[in-house]
Amino acid sequence: MSDTTVAVGRSVPRREGGDKVTGRARYTDDLAVPGALYGKTIRSTVPKGRIRSITLDPAFEWGRVTVVTADDIPGENVVQLIRDDQPVLARNHGEIRHREEPILLLAAADRATLEEAASYIRIEYDAVPPVFDLDKATELFSSVEISKGKVLEDLEDLEDVEVVERSFRVGLQEQLYIEPQGAIAFPEPGGAIRIIGSLQCPYYVHRALKRALKLTDKQAIVIQAETGGGFGGKEEYPSIVAIHAALLARKAGRPVRLIYDRHEDLAATTKRHPGVITHRTAVRKDGTLLSQDIEIVLDGGAYCTLTPVVLSRAAIHAAGAYACPNVRIRARAVATNTPPNGAFRGFGAPQSLFAAELMVEHVAERLGVSSVDLRRQWMLRLGDTTATGQVLTESVGSELVFDAALKAAPAVRPSDRPTVRRGRGLSLVFHGSGFTGSGEKKLQGTIGFEALADGTFRILTASTEIGQGTKTIFCQLAAEALGVELDKVILAPQDTSLVPDSGPTVASRTAMIVGRLVQEAATEVKERLKREKAPLRVEKSYIQPDSIHWDETSYRGDAYPVYAWACTIADVDVDMITGEVRVIDLVTAVDCGKAIHPVMAEGQIEGGSLQAVGWATIEEIKMKDGGYQNDRLATYLIPTALDAPRIRTILVENPYSRGPFGAKGIGELPMDGPAPAIIAAIHDATGVWLDEIPATPEKVLSACASR
Amino acid sequence: MRFTLNGTAVSLDVVGTHRLLDVLREDLHLTGTKEGCGEGECGACSVIVDGEVVDSCLVAVGQVEGCKVITVEGLADGGRLTALQQAFIEHGAAQCGICTPGMLLAAHVLLQQARHLSAADVREGLAGNLCRCTGYTKIIDAVLACTK
Repeated sequence: MSDTTVAVGRSVPRREGGDKVTGRARYTDDLAVPGALYGKTIRSTVPKGRIRSITLDPAFEWGRVTVVTADDIPGENVVQLIRDDQPVLARNHGEIRHREEPILLLAAADRATLEEAASYIRIEYDAVPPVFDLDKATELFSSVEISKGKVLEDLEDLEDVEVVERSFRVGLQEQLYIEPQGAIAFPEPGGAIRIIGSLQCPYYVHRALKRALKLTDKQAIVIQAETGGGFGGKEEYPSIVAIHAALLARKAGRPVRLIYDRHEDLAATTKRHPGVITHRTAVRKDGTLLSQDIEIVLDGGAYCTLTPVVLSRAAIHAAGAYACPNVRIRARAVATNTPPNGAFRGFGAPQSLFAAELMVEHVAERLGVSSVDLRRQWMLRLGDTTATGQVLTESVGSELVFDAALKAAPAVRPSDRPTVRRGRGLSLVFHGSGFTGSGEKKLQGTIGFEALADGTFRILTASTEIGQGTKTIFCQLAAEALGVELDKVILAPQDTSLVPDSGPTVASRTAMIVGRLVQEAATEVKERLKREKAPLRVEKSYIQPDSIHWDETSYRGDAYPVYAWACTIADVDVDMITGEVRVIDLVTAVDCGKAIHPVMAEGQIEGGSLQAVGWATIEEIKMKDGGYQNDRLATYLIPTALDAPRIRTILVENPYSRGPFGAKGIGELPMDGPAPAIIAAIHDATGVWLDEIPATPEKVLSACASR
Repeated sequence: MRFTLNGTAVSLDVVGTHRLLDVLREDLHLTGTKEGCGEGECGACSVIVDGEVVDSCLVAVGQVEGCKVITVEGLADGGRLTALQQAFIEHGAAQCGICTPGMLLAAHVLLQQARHLSAADVREGLAGNLCRCTGYTKIIDAVLACTK
């Protein structure tokens, strides 16, 4: 670290920390809005069919509420995203594709009136048989094929070759941000609508609002309130909440608060895509990795949402952090009649890496070698080529994190409880930072940067603070580049009428891609201030380096600008009587390029790791009639402080030349490694292999019994 | 309805069956207390009533008649943060911050009840408060830092 460092690499206090520990931070539902109505969404009760009739019972005095139907949508009845398949509201006589399909919206002065009004609405359906089974799903959202070298059948010299085949299944998972979805819509003069909401991506909401409400750029104003967690769950869904609130506010001519309770949030909002991943891996007896043939099927639910992009990331990461000369990955995402699945930290990669990592274990077992040694033999290193043909030219931390984790993990001590067996498992993963392929090039994320007359500086960005530290680290990057004290830099509010579109706050891209723009803009302003006087303003947009090549049609080339790497070691106790799995210790070594704020970087790793522990062990969603049976927090369990293992993070700094001061994106990476390490640890403890997560007591006991 | 809120006597004309959570947030405009689930599972609405941590979504305001209620707004003394609040900032125990008020109050009671706490004690004491951001590690560090 150079002597001039004033900000980067220091764990300074979080910008909004004082507000968050005193209760002053204002989240959406904390905003007092005089005269605002309360909103409510009336949803379908069948998973598939057609609406036969909608009746507002005249026994209720309907003048007391505002009712919005699909006929009240001034623009297009579409939730703008990738494909125009999801309606804002189902029409009378229109199609129903999942059990939580929004049909009507209500607003009233108080919640009791809303509940009363809802009880006077009758909706009749002509139901048709729904599709829930992946094998029976016929509608395709997207497919991807990645091909490198030859397929197994075309290889010669197959004597002395072992072929291992195995199928894995991963379940739904809820993001479970502790603040449920919510937005407040304000009708403004000139037909404008202002939204204040809990959201990750102000411009996603802005675009969706413009289209459904037929608004101009200026008429749609989207402001992020303090946001109580997102994890992908507030990437696309807030568009729906905002449009609904806006439709009600427009019709009522008054502000409307549409705040979901936990039950509605769990029942209706997007989940992590479940799926089935099948591997066929060929190796020589000496461990040489010869070929990988991988098939991925993800369940997209009722509407497309971000499914094609999730599938793409799943496919690109499917071969794991290993160098293999011959790879075929065939991936598809299908439609079913569950509520739509969508963005969740990791975005398909945790699913495919879970399978890839367990395959290393199964191959090692077949060969009778240590899976640690096999990983060392296979791992991608500098100069190696990935499944998409990307040559890794810098910041390849595979070996660094592998060695660091192995060195840090203490020897396993047996449990002192007689019915409990303890085991250890390890995983090695990589995760692409930033958007896939040409994503960043198409997006051209932009920021503004101002030097103000009073000697302070202001960053204008649509990148949001959702707990991960954007507000703090952007100021650190700017202060470092300018060589000024940290308190001289502030971040403008995330308000689309003030800040340019920096792209969504997703995909492990904020610190690395947008953060780099902050660094570049600050550097430019510093230079200009040598000749010019403040105030002055610059804009910076992402420019794809010439060295990055990606072909969308063949899926060949540089899938990501760079990858972050992690090695995770999990120690797990399995109670042989109850089948209960407890992760007791987790060590993760992470190559983050450069830790801009070490405590926040560790915080990302620890929080993401625990979400992965939950996904692997206790977070199970049971389906019934196309809905989630455990759609309450009393029945959908996430890890508490008592369930959580000790998590030890080792930050390995391995700078990336185009990252801000060397940093790479690590937001999603910790979601990838723990699940396969835990399943390997369960095997180490019990001798049984689970092919499916979550590893519930029922699955553990049944696997042990059938052994 | 009379009770003591953050050291000050309050007198309210409200229906006794209303949730304490709603009375705090809507009648008294103290929005530091959050609603995460409305059924006593997440602890985001934790407040302290006569020295005990309770979920204010499960408490009818009539039940706190004559009690001493402390919310997150009552922790800091004037503008001065408590050692615990300071430790939450320094250790990175607050990320998105939505669980932070409840977590702070649960930790505050824990620290008041016992001066010597192990990591296991802290885990046990905070088990009723869910956090989805931190993995709890930094929260536990922050609380333990206040036992020294």
